[in-house]
Amino acid sequence: MRVGLSFLIRLAVLLALATFLARPEWFASLLRPLTENGAPPVYVQASLLSLTISHLLMVFAATIASTLVAVGLAILVTRESGREFLPLSRSLVNIGQTFPPVAVLALAVPMLGFGTWPTLIALFLYGLLPIFENTLTGLTTLPGPVMEAARGTGMTGWQRLIKVELPLAFPLILGGIRLSIVISLATATIGSTVAARTLGEVIIAGLQSNNLAFILQGGVVVAALAVLIYDTLVFAERLAAQRTGLNRTA
Amino acid sequence: MIEIDAISKAYGDVTVVDNVSMTIDAGSITVIVGTSGSGKTTLLRMINRLVEPTRGTIRIDGEDNGAIAPHELRRRIGYAIQGHGLFPHRTVAENIATVPKLLGWPQDRIDARVEELLKLFQLDPVAFGPRFPHELSGGQSQRVGVARALAAEPNLLLMDEPFGALDPVIRAKAQDDLLAIQKHFGTTIILVTHDMEEAFGLADRIAVMDGGRLLQYATPTEMLANPATDFVASLIGTAERPFRLLALNPVEKAMEPGVAEGEPISGEASQRDALAELLWSGRPALPVTGKDGIVAGRVTVDSLLKQARPA
Repeated sequence: MRVGLSFLIRLAVLLALATFLARPEWFASLLRPLTENGAPPVYVQASLLSLTISHLLMVFAATIASTLVAVGLAILVTRESGREFLPLSRSLVNIGQTFPPVAVLALAVPMLGFGTWPTLIALFLYGLLPIFENTLTGLTTLPGPVMEAARGTGMTGWQRLIKVELPLAFPLILGGIRLSIVISLATATIGSTVAARTLGEVIIAGLQSNNLAFILQGGVVVAALAVLIYDTLVFAERLAAQRTGLNRTA
Repeated sequence: MIEIDAISKAYGDVTVVDNVSMTIDAGSITVIVGTSGSGKTTLLRMINRLVEPTRGTIRIDGEDNGAIAPHELRRRIGYAIQGHGLFPHRTVAENIATVPKLLGWPQDRIDARVEELLKLFQLDPVAFGPRFPHELSGGQSQRVGVARALAAEPNLLLMDEPFGALDPVIRAKAQDDLLAIQKHFGTTIILVTHDMEEAFGLADRIAVMDGGRLLQYATPTEMLANPATDFVASLIGTAERPFRLLALNPVEKAMEPGVAEGEPISGEASQRDALAELLWSGRPALPVTGKDGIVAGRVTVDSLLKQARPA
């Protein structure tokens, strides 16, 4: 029954979120007590729905790029021929994580101008580490007898990777992608400081005009998206882990 | 026929296999025994080139195994290991089909082969084919592991402690099954173990290794009669010798004319089983049945005791 209840709660959150994005004006009376001096309770400079879609697209685009690069790099450094590049790629990916996204934005704007691109690059760099480390863990902790059997049955290196290593590492890779997406969902909001179209726009507008209602609606929408996407991916990981029969998740 | 010719493997200054030569007859079971670190597994893994030798050659039916691409060589040779190594994300049927798939067999031939093997290993194809490895018991996993190794009809099967993870009862059953399957397919089997009991139970010839060297390569009977070194003798176990010898020969070889009381024993049973039965039941003699199940003679404690020493 607990599974059913938690599912119902998530469904309710999803419905509330969808309603709010489609018809934010319905919530105006609810948000009005948070405003002062008759300020507008609902952000109307841009449609919340289109901001959300643009926010999500940016996060997904950056995560797809991070996934391709991080998984590719992890595969490369776990091959016999690429082993010596492991320390180098670890440092590179770590730099991506330690560099504050705000600093990436500040450095990227002079080169790429205002708008979407600086944010995409910051999200891409920031998303590399969890995916890379999880993929690395997945590929280096495969059960010894299984790998021995893969070689012993006469699979080539490529066949071992495609047929055995990646399928068995998949739940862990998915775990890395999940962490990366959730971090990016939050981080994308600061992209609006350099004119990227994200839900950060609403929060920044709220901060500038001292409008708590704006800050709250921007923040809550991002938080709800993060929770829903996180839970969906956890569910997908469980399914994938069951399918591999190994029961390893991040 | 497998010809191992002066093969050595060294890792830096450490020699793990030291100039080993032996010839293995087609259709026989050879068991390589030794303590851990004796080089027995390395020797086995050089046959399918999971380990590349430092010196020497191995010829399989006259063909140098170094001349065949490693993955193609391994598809021709069955390989079963301790802890089975089944692919956890694939069903039993898919696991068994691994090598035939790699070889590009047509699907109907693969399906037929999988079904044949599952039946041979007493696993119902309908019930077990779609299961995943984590839904199997230890004994079932081990059988699927051997079935996978045999799937592409290899002439040669390498087994690295295949029964190491099984409990004694299932282990004995698995050994009997292996003997039956070897008879059925006529596969040449090379099996590595540290268990002398297993070696004497399965082997046509036993190879004893220690410190990378091949100490003795002989039939079980020869080895009991003339152990090459003290180490071989100690591995056999001084106190075990008469019983191992009895275990190697069937009752019918000690049978004499005459009658005896009580439950008969099959002429194909081992002499050790007959002696155990005599000692336990306190009888002086047992009736012995021939292949047709009719009593053909008897076996006595005295006649068995004569068999318990090398001739």
